[in-house]
Amino acid sequence: MVYERDLNLEATELRLGLPGTVTEQSSEKQKPNSNATKSNKRSLPDMNGESEVRRENSSVSSNDKKSHSQETAPPIKTQVVGWPPIRSYRKNSLQAKKLEAEAAGLFVKVSMDGAPYLRKIDLKVYKGYPELLEVLEEMFKFKVGEYSEREGYNGSEHVPTYEDKDGDWMLVGDVPWEMFINSCKRLRIMKESEARGLGCAV
Amino acid sequence: MNYFPDEVLEHIFDFVTSQRDRNSVSQVCKPWYKIESSSRQKVFVGNCYAISPERVIERFPGLKSITLKGKPHFADFNLVPPDWGGFVYPWIEAFARNNMGLEELKLKRMIISDECLELISRSFANFKSLVLVSCEGFSTDGLAAIASNCSFLRELDLQENDVEDHRGHWLSCFPDTCTSLVSLNFACLKGDVNLAALERLVARSPNLRSLRLNHAVPLDILQKILMRAPHLVDLGVGSYVHDPDSETYNKLVTALQKCKSVRSLSGFLEAAPQCLSAFHLICPNLTSLNLSYAPGIHGTELRKLIRHCRKLQRLWILDCIGDEGLEVVASSCKDLQEIRVFPSDPFVGNAAVTEVGLVALSSGCPKLHSILYFCQQMTNAALITVAKNRPNFTRFRLCILDPTKPDAVTNQPLDEGFGAIVHSCKGLRRLSMSGRLTDRVFLYIGMYAEQLEMISIAFAGDTDEGMQYLLNGCKKLRKLEIRDCPLAMQRF
Repeated sequence: MVYERDLNLEATELRLGLPGTVTEQSSEKQKPNSNATKSNKRSLPDMNGESEVRRENSSVSSNDKKSHSQETAPPIKTQVVGWPPIRSYRKNSLQAKKLEAEAAGLFVKVSMDGAPYLRKIDLKVYKGYPELLEVLEEMFKFKVGEYSEREGYNGSEHVPTYEDKDGDWMLVGDVPWEMFINSCKRLRIMKESEARGLGCAV
Repeated sequence: MNYFPDEVLEHIFDFVTSQRDRNSVSQVCKPWYKIESSSRQKVFVGNCYAISPERVIERFPGLKSITLKGKPHFADFNLVPPDWGGFVYPWIEAFARNNMGLEELKLKRMIISDECLELISRSFANFKSLVLVSCEGFSTDGLAAIASNCSFLRELDLQENDVEDHRGHWLSCFPDTCTSLVSLNFACLKGDVNLAALERLVARSPNLRSLRLNHAVPLDILQKILMRAPHLVDLGVGSYVHDPDSETYNKLVTALQKCKSVRSLSGFLEAAPQCLSAFHLICPNLTSLNLSYAPGIHGTELRKLIRHCRKLQRLWILDCIGDEGLEVVASSCKDLQEIRVFPSDPFVGNAAVTEVGLVALSSGCPKLHSILYFCQQMTNAALITVAKNRPNFTRFRLCILDPTKPDAVTNQPLDEGFGAIVHSCKGLRRLSMSGRLTDRVFLYIGMYAEQLEMISIAFAGDTDEGMQYLLNGCKKLRKLEIRDCPLAMQRF
């Protein structure tokens, strides 16, 4: 309607963006927004970190010219210059704080029944459960059994458990990784005999 | 009136303080122009390139105080090239050369160098006040020059500047004879400061009423400072991380008990949420609270704090307060006049603040007239309700983080909602809009927003008819900010 393709008005449009930037402004405003109530809450990542890929995909599709900026959540790295309109001082200080929070480790104590002293590990360093379990096995010289949702860790003398924010002792591996590292306060490697009952299916 | 001697006219004009009124006075007739110009002490220049320093000096030889604005507002959002300009040096050099008795300098969005700060400190013997807002180009060395040489300095106020930090010795540069400080704000400095020098400075400044610390000032120093400055009216807390059971915390409580004059609180640049109960002591007297740089304060601790602030008139907060928190504001702060809700994560946004919070504020706060609201989503229904509840808005700035998002429930453009706002709020002077908007909203604005002076538009409208409605309708429009709107520019 406004942008007749052959005149290529878009190319000569006066705008305040820096040269070379691409704005997310959609010229096809008459198309209805089918996704009006899309929430910005992150979908819960699952154990294999698939959500990371999913998140990337959604930001890629929102950069696709065919989809409209109003249909998808704002891309993680916005391409719109100067939006939202907050002072660069404020933007920089928020980003600095965010990076600081991300850079700070998430150190938790790890105890093993029978071991003389505890260890501490930084959960932020690991990408998922397999890596974490491997490190724990190495640190405390034990082997963890096969994990299944129904039966927990089958066939080992030791079971990894953790204390969550509510003070409850949980089996490591049940919840998505992101959720785990945000709620884990400390780890405890229990003897299998004590751990019976933790891995039972509901 | 021409029969009055000049001295009488001058005396009368002394009572006319507002810039606009003085401008009007000077336009009445030549004699009034002469008298007004020669007696004007405070000058405001909204665009530093609109007039030359020489012309200002020529017209206002008695100038003691000047406010200069440089880059346009859009520069705040990286929409202006970095080499645009806004240098203050030519002004200072001209003032110095002409022996102006400059006492106060306030700059906004300008570039000021260390050399310039040094020149200021050496050229004006009575220099009293330096206020820099969103400026850049200088370092703590320039501040050291000001501290060292301005013997009668009353005010050093640095707001959100980009300052190169060469570490903290500038505070030690205030000589022992400097006892005149009334206001000191260095919250935006990123580096360490000499804490002992700071304490000594506070101790010898009996007139100190406003003090805003940066993140490098820890709790135990804050406590000592408060003991020395119990008459503070405005306090910006620096760092606030500690163990609530410690002796320092108890000392802080004692110090805060003595601070009966604090009306304005800000800072908490590094804060741990469980430590705020000490401040409940001063909350009941607060009229201004700025927690917009304190992402660590949220949830129940934040709500508890706000419940104590019954006299609050101005609140700047982050969106992690959530709709729930805004409902607490609406029920506790009946004197609230201005609120700003900033995004805590500029790109992803926090789902916690929506139209619900806005409606709650409009319904609960009868004196609310100025709002800046960054949110996830908005609806026409909410805006219509807000307009009905609160026809006294003078400043209404809404920023939806997804700039072209339509009504979250109906998918319609937000024309009707903003239309209701301009129709109901007859005194509206400033408006910023976002969300999906068509020409229709400009029709409404042109029809109803008679008092509108400043409008900011982004990604809005369809054709140049929208612009026509706006420019034909709003007779008082002074400032128009517009970006990425599909309007034919030849109309300009």
